Amino acid sequence: MGCPIIRQIEEKITRELLQTILARKPKMCNLKIVYKRYASLYFSYAIEDQDNELITLEIVHLYVELLGKYFGSVCDPDTIFNFEKAYFILDEFLWGGEVQEISKKNVFKADLLQEEAETPRTVLEEIGLT
Amino acid sequence: MVASSLKLQDLIQEIREAKTQAQEREVIQKECAHIRASFRDGDPLHSHRQLAKLLYVHMLGYPAHFGQMECLKLIASPRFTDKRVGYLGAMLLLDERQDAHLLITNSIKNDLSQGIEAVQGLALCTLSAMGSAEMCRDLALEVEKLLLQPSPYVRKKAVLTAVHMIRKVPELSDIFLPPCAQLLHERHHGILLGTVTLITELCERSPAALQHFRKVVPQLVHTLRTLVMTGCSIEHSVSGVSDPFLQVQILRLLRILGRNHEESSETMNDLLAQVATNTDTSRNAGNAVLFETVLTIMDIRSAAGLRVLAVNILGRFLLNSDRNIRYVALTSLLKLVQSDHSAVQRHRPTVVECLWEPDASLSRRALELSLALVNSSNVRAMTQELQGFLESCPPDLRPDCASGILLAAERFAPTKRWHIDTILRVLTTAGTYVRDDAVANLIQLIGGAQELHAYSVRRLYSALAEDISQQPLVQVAAWCIGEYGDLLLEGTCEETEPLQVEKEEVLALLERVLQSQMSLPATRGYALTALMKLSTRLHGDNNRICQVMSIYGSCQDVELQQRAVEYNALFRKYDHLRAAVLEKMPLVERGGPQVDEEAKESKEVAQLSEAAPVPTETQASKLLDLLDLLDGPSENAQHPPPLDPTPGDTLIHLLDLPCAPLPPAPIPNLKVFEREGLQLNLSFVRPPGTPTLLLITVTATNTSGGDVTHFICQAAVPKSFQLQLQAPSGDTVPAQGGLPMTQLLRILNPNKAPLRLKLRLTYDHFGQSVQEIFEVNNLPVETWQ
Repeated sequence: MGCPIIRQIEEKITRELLQTILARKPKMCNLKIVYKRYASLYFSYAIEDQDNELITLEIVHLYVELLGKYFGSVCDPDTIFNFEKAYFILDEFLWGGEVQEISKKNVFKADLLQEEAETPRTVLEEIGLT
Repeated sequence: MVASSLKLQDLIQEIREAKTQAQEREVIQKECAHIRASFRDGDPLHSHRQLAKLLYVHMLGYPAHFGQMECLKLIASPRFTDKRVGYLGAMLLLDERQDAHLLITNSIKNDLSQGIEAVQGLALCTLSAMGSAEMCRDLALEVEKLLLQPSPYVRKKAVLTAVHMIRKVPELSDIFLPPCAQLLHERHHGILLGTVTLITELCERSPAALQHFRKVVPQLVHTLRTLVMTGCSIEHSVSGVSDPFLQVQILRLLRILGRNHEESSETMNDLLAQVATNTDTSRNAGNAVLFETVLTIMDIRSAAGLRVLAVNILGRFLLNSDRNIRYVALTSLLKLVQSDHSAVQRHRPTVVECLWEPDASLSRRALELSLALVNSSNVRAMTQELQGFLESCPPDLRPDCASGILLAAERFAPTKRWHIDTILRVLTTAGTYVRDDAVANLIQLIGGAQELHAYSVRRLYSALAEDISQQPLVQVAAWCIGEYGDLLLEGTCEETEPLQVEKEEVLALLERVLQSQMSLPATRGYALTALMKLSTRLHGDNNRICQVMSIYGSCQDVELQQRAVEYNALFRKYDHLRAAVLEKMPLVERGGPQVDEEAKESKEVAQLSEAAPVPTETQASKLLDLLDLLDGPSENAQHPPPLDPTPGDTLIHLLDLPCAPLPPAPIPNLKVFEREGLQLNLSFVRPPGTPTLLLITVTATNTSGGDVTHFICQAAVPKSFQLQLQAPSGDTVPAQGGLPMTQLLRILNPNKAPLRLKLRLTYDHFGQSVQEIFEVNNLPVETWQ
């Protein structure tokens, strides 16, 4: 099981991460942090002792590819200004720390990722049923 | 109201443009006031935007609890754009600790059953992210219904939601176990992946489920084989590997099912070999699959050939240009070095290469692994490599490297001379990093090797003449010169270059040590005593020595002063005793026949195999990190070696008549652990003549109906102790009172500190992996007093 954290590593975030780790009770399993750097962005993923680090790197990379495909590029402003979209994409890709769907086609098909309409309509309207 | 508050994008922009923390806080506080007002007054058209802003602010670490109720309102709204932000807010702002979280349950229940995929997806997502045990119980049946829905979009999410629910409420396994068999026949990758994950979770939580799912092993094997040999659509390929995530997940499940189960392991044997040989290794995705394959092979009952294949894969990983892959290889090989020693030995040259890695986390592991690979046949070559590494390695690795070399030398030294040379070299290269007892050990070693006295004293003299700063070396050298000064001056030694030394030079060198700023008080003590001994070893008058003694009779350092005064007394009033008092030292404590006795004892008890024993340094040092408890009164890492080393001491000791040691009363055994029929007992022996040594035999017995396998016992002791674990007699304790497993621990306690012992056990029993860590209580005082 893993826990993705998408942010730039400013001091603030590093401190938060350390706090989370230090707050874990003694009986909890050890956490390993797998991270990958893409230019100025760091993507970190916390995994348990028995998890496979190499496949975690693939998970991180796939998520970055998804972001790239959706936004056209992956750079700091993209993810920040559209942070809800980044979350929605994440929710189509991972689920409760496990991998859910790896086909990019299927991920982007989801209604969840459709652009916000100018005047909000009901769900039924949006799906095209009224 | 809307006019004066910012749009989300603008708010983000303003925050990013803020130059100081205070400015940022101001912008955010102003905006939060707007948001609060909007929530209070109600703004149904735009409240989702307000919440979005609040979520951004929350991500930066500012308080956002006042948005919780708004989340609930938005979730209940019929509009999709409201719901999705509302649910996102619930996931970010609400968790079990807030009372408000239960209020969502009803909304989720409604949304799960109203049949619109996207909405069902949102509800499931939120339930998975923050659903408490209570919520899970309430909604289990709803989720179960969704497992059978036609839409794969919903089904894949429902399966993974079930995983979360089982984690929260294990009893729900009863509901989610039955559908699994059918779901396993799915073609949709997302559902299949979720199902394998669900089955894994079920098996990890219940031995009954584990037993139940063994029957799907053939199906899993078939699915994985198809993936590997036939491939899949482009959509699910990563770097040319067919759905590596699914492959890894299946391999993981196979590992759990095959563990301790002969039949299942056999069923998957061929497949594992197939995956290992057919996976493309040019990119990380393929290597990730290979790595998982290796982990599975090593954990199940696999054929010997397969295990060797797995170790070889790791060996190949060591040569990979990707540092991450080398890292996982080193970590895995470390775990295997005990159980598959000869297979790992084959990769020794590559491991040694890794010592020179610039990345510290890699070189550290390479060092641990290298030390674990030293055995009697490669000790010379390995020591050479390690010495080379010691000369140039980063300072934080030096203590481990130095102690590792010394330990390996002690275990596997082919000759005494080689042993002395090795220790000498370590002391010269990294003298300040060696442990305190290195000095005593070397002195003992030299003392016991009579044929090498001349050789030793000459080498030490040369080393000392070059450099008097490395304290351990100086102490040993001073002691040797004192004891064997006569051999230094007279005679030739074939093994070293001819060395012409004059009496005056020797005395001058010792005086230099005595006076040097660099010398610790203990060192000066050694030098003073050495000088005194030379008064009987060397010919000619002793005026110079007498002079030194009278000067130091008024030294500031009380210890030196006392010695000098007593030595003076020897010159003046007790000159007739001097020769007898300063005679050559008898063999000390641990030397000679005692060593053989202990070796015999440990051979009987531990049934040492040909494979090299467990490296205690690595295991002990890893466990010591857990053991803040066992740090007694803080020990300064810099503190000088004990002022009272065994040989060449104060006059009191020299004048003591040796008496026969009393036979020690037997120390009572101690039962330290019991769980489901597995029992651990400790028995203690303090060999006479070695008061600092304690031998503990760990015996594991099993009266239950199931075998205990993969049993590993590790131990840790406080810093001032030295611990050595011999290889155990085996790693299986058969059921019904079968042959017990034994393991010998050797503990050195030079400071006679109270003994504390912590044990860590890992083993498999009744299909479950068990880990126990505990401190041993009620240790009898006879173990350390």
